Amino acid sequence: MSLAPLLIDNVVDQSRSDALKDRILPSLFAAILGLMLIYGAGFSTTVQVHNAAHDGRHSASFPCH
Amino acid sequence: MPNLSTLKKLIVSALWAGLWAGLLLTALQSYQVIPSLLHAEVYEQAADHQVHVDGTVHQHEPDAWQPTNGAERTLFTALANISLAVGFALLLGAASTLRGGINSWRQGLYWGLAGYSIFFVAPSLGLPPELPGSLAADLEARQLWWLMTVFDTALGLWLLVFAKTKLNQLFGAVLLLSPHVIGAPQPEVQGSLAPAELASTFIMATAFANALFWLTLGALMGLMSHQNKMIKS
Repeated sequence: MSLAPLLIDNVVDQSRSDALKDRILPSLFAAILGLMLIYGAGFSTTVQVHNAAHDGRHSASFPCH
Repeated sequence: MPNLSTLKKLIVSALWAGLWAGLLLTALQSYQVIPSLLHAEVYEQAADHQVHVDGTVHQHEPDAWQPTNGAERTLFTALANISLAVGFALLLGAASTLRGGINSWRQGLYWGLAGYSIFFVAPSLGLPPELPGSLAADLEARQLWWLMTVFDTALGLWLLVFAKTKLNQLFGAVLLLSPHVIGAPQPEVQGSLAPAELASTFIMATAFANALFWLTLGALMGLMSHQNKMIKS
């Protein structure tokens, strides 16, 4: 049995796990952080936060009240 | 473990781009956007002080804290704008990283245009930016439609641009259109305390300010992504 397919498979596995580490996971973390910020400024129902962010929400076309 | 250096670069880029684009948006809003809001509030407050038909005066709950008009209110609006901008920049950075990053500020303009379409144009087609004192459907229903529209538009655009098969592209087009076929929740009676001209000035002004904001945000993220690539290679 030749070792070639095994090696190629390993290479593919390696590049897959690289893509996961280098692109997918950092993107996922950044997206979660981004969504938290957007939720806080755009959707948080705390009255004080709503009042502080009021004009920003209206001008970004978020449903405000 | 995620590649922490990529994550750090994404966060630093988003903070930097979000800060400048958020400040630009705050400056742009001083032209027509904030003046229209303040103008609409005059009508809203006048209506609040009206005596009801049954003779009772409209009672408000004890007022919660809110920034006082002037510098304090502008400061908090700037903070909200910057928070939103950094959040949007993180999403834009995340999406473009999946596609291998952005190669130049010019390419960043396309990502910015996509963000503008997803977060402003698509939701505004059903729920136009509204002035205080406008009649509107239930808040939760509108927020749900807004979220669905943003999600469908983002996924739809992604498939339309990047999908390799015609079927997936078609699916993208269907996703793009579906929120508008379903339709946004509308109030039983349309109406607003502020005059219609003020509402349309507000819509035009926000459309303009948000367009410049998103193009700037995309260009700045493109610039940062390009620099990071240069350092790497």
